[in-house]
Amino acid sequence: MVNKTQPIITVENLTAAYEDNVILEDISFEIFPGEVFIVLGGSGCGKSTLLKHMIGLYKPLVGRIVIEGTDIVTAGETQRHELLRKFGVMYQSGALFGSMTVNENIRLVLEEFTSLPDELMDLICTMKLKLVGLEAAGNMMPSELSGGMKKRAAMARALTLDPDIVFLDEPSAGLDPITSAQIDQLILHLARSLRLTFVIVSHELSSIFAVADRVVMLDKHTKNIVAAGPPAELRDSSDNPWVRRFFNREAPTNLKH
Amino acid sequence: MTSVHRNGVDLVSAAKKDCEGGRVRPETEGGGKLRLIFEGRFDSQSTGRLWPEVAQLLSQSKPKHLTVDAKRVDYCDGAAIALLLWLRRQQEKNKGEFAIEGLREEFVRLMEMLEPQAVEHARKKLGFVRGIVEGLGGVAVNLCRDLYAQITFTGEITAALCRVMIRPRTMRWKDAFIVAESAGANAFGIVSLIGFLFGLILAFQAAIPMREFGAEIFVADLVSLSLFRVMGPLLTAIILAARSGSAFAAELGTMKVNEEIDALTTMGLNPVRFLAVTRVTAAMVVTPLLAVFANLFGLLGAGGVMVSLGFAPVTYFNQVVAAVDVGDFFGGLVKAVVFGLLVGSIGCLRGLQTGAGSRAVGTSATRAVVSGIVLIVIAEGVFAVLFYFLGI
Repeated sequence: MVNKTQPIITVENLTAAYEDNVILEDISFEIFPGEVFIVLGGSGCGKSTLLKHMIGLYKPLVGRIVIEGTDIVTAGETQRHELLRKFGVMYQSGALFGSMTVNENIRLVLEEFTSLPDELMDLICTMKLKLVGLEAAGNMMPSELSGGMKKRAAMARALTLDPDIVFLDEPSAGLDPITSAQIDQLILHLARSLRLTFVIVSHELSSIFAVADRVVMLDKHTKNIVAAGPPAELRDSSDNPWVRRFFNREAPTNLKH
Repeated sequence: MTSVHRNGVDLVSAAKKDCEGGRVRPETEGGGKLRLIFEGRFDSQSTGRLWPEVAQLLSQSKPKHLTVDAKRVDYCDGAAIALLLWLRRQQEKNKGEFAIEGLREEFVRLMEMLEPQAVEHARKKLGFVRGIVEGLGGVAVNLCRDLYAQITFTGEITAALCRVMIRPRTMRWKDAFIVAESAGANAFGIVSLIGFLFGLILAFQAAIPMREFGAEIFVADLVSLSLFRVMGPLLTAIILAARSGSAFAAELGTMKVNEEIDALTTMGLNPVRFLAVTRVTAAMVVTPLLAVFANLFGLLGAGGVMVSLGFAPVTYFNQVVAAVDVGDFFGGLVKAVVFGLLVGSIGCLRGLQTGAGSRAVGTSATRAVVSGIVLIVIAEGVFAVLFYFLGI
């Protein structure tokens, strides 16, 4: 399923900082097409920061982020726009536009980037909402949706232009186990049937084991990757005791890590 | 007094003992040794009461060896642990020795859990002069950054407005009409009321001294020229800054906090074009319209005063028409367009500059109003000089 010949995303020697505060230092990894790739780690280790660098919201201090052959850090305006249309992003809060209905949120990118007739745009909206099981919520405002519905609507919006890569920031955080499992199933379904590449930031262990092909684990003390590989492998045979503890949900004995 | 017993314990006297709180008894031993005997319940209240007493004992005796006898301590909370840790640190500072005897196991564990670790990157304490210099430097850097942001935003918004003028279809007109309705049509009442009252007050205040010279009829000239040339657009712009500038900043600020601006950016949509252009265009269109109504209602207010002074309405009308020419009227409208541009732009800029957290939204709204009013007054000054040299 995963094509391991040519990486779709390459992160090379990335160092990220907020002013003087270095969050990530010299990070490198590759993501392959069709892979469900999870960035995980404890709170405050820089998972969301890494994601925001990968989608081009922040510029790294040092390093390259190459997506489908284009370095998003140095890309010109046109190249960057072309690249942005190849991926969809779902934010932790959903980030649906509060003044628009769910349908309008999805239609927005179609109106801006395509010249499709209205009827077809409506049909695409309905299709995308059906994909996430929200076909009845098209005319609702984001404020009328529950947390899980917001995330699913945001995922429908992220999938509107049929992207190659989908970035998800904490897709199952704060959701009940059933909704969380539904989202996991949706991710797996999309990854396997549409062969999309998913880059997910999460620390929900159940979701990680359910969907991830491979994970990288960040550590806030070293500001780097402490472990990389399939999650079950890391849980059972990682050399790093902290990594094993993380996957086995064990509190450190001295509470001082 | 009745007593309540449970498992052989007198609960009333136990509770009374608890309420009494802890006590500290000092025992001085030879060779610079001090023994503090802690007894009873040490909670935040009793610790707070005992702390000054203990501190005084310590500073007076400066012991080489301090022992805390905690065998009779019934209860310790965070405050009591803090007192024990403070005693230890004081001894370390004075190069003395410190020991705790007989502290119950659970309180020892609590102490281990609560003991703060040395912070790795502790903020350096700056001297007074260095603090002022660094503070001033910080203010200067922030001012330069703000100026830079304003200049780049002006460039971005100008480019986006030009793009809309060349290709009007790229503008989201539906959004612009909604903003125009809330910033314009919904502000009609307040602008008219303020205009009316302003005209009335100005005419009334002017009429009193002018009556001394028999020149009440020139109140019409004064009010109409003031309104058309300066006060109409200025009042409208200030109301717009307070009402809509703050709303723009709060709306965009909330979108920033909710990651909606990030979502727009990653969808490939430029937030300036998508959000700011619609608002700035709407503000530029509605401000002159509102200024016209402010002028009209101001004249009506002044008219009421003139009629009460015994002038016929037609006399007042003729005087106004004679006093104001087309240049005054259109000069005021041009100002209003520029004020609309300034208020809309600064409202959007402050909104897009919003930091993290709900408090940042409030700060952005306040900054939008303050910056808006300052810019309006500066622009008014520039226009006054410009119109003088152009002979308008």
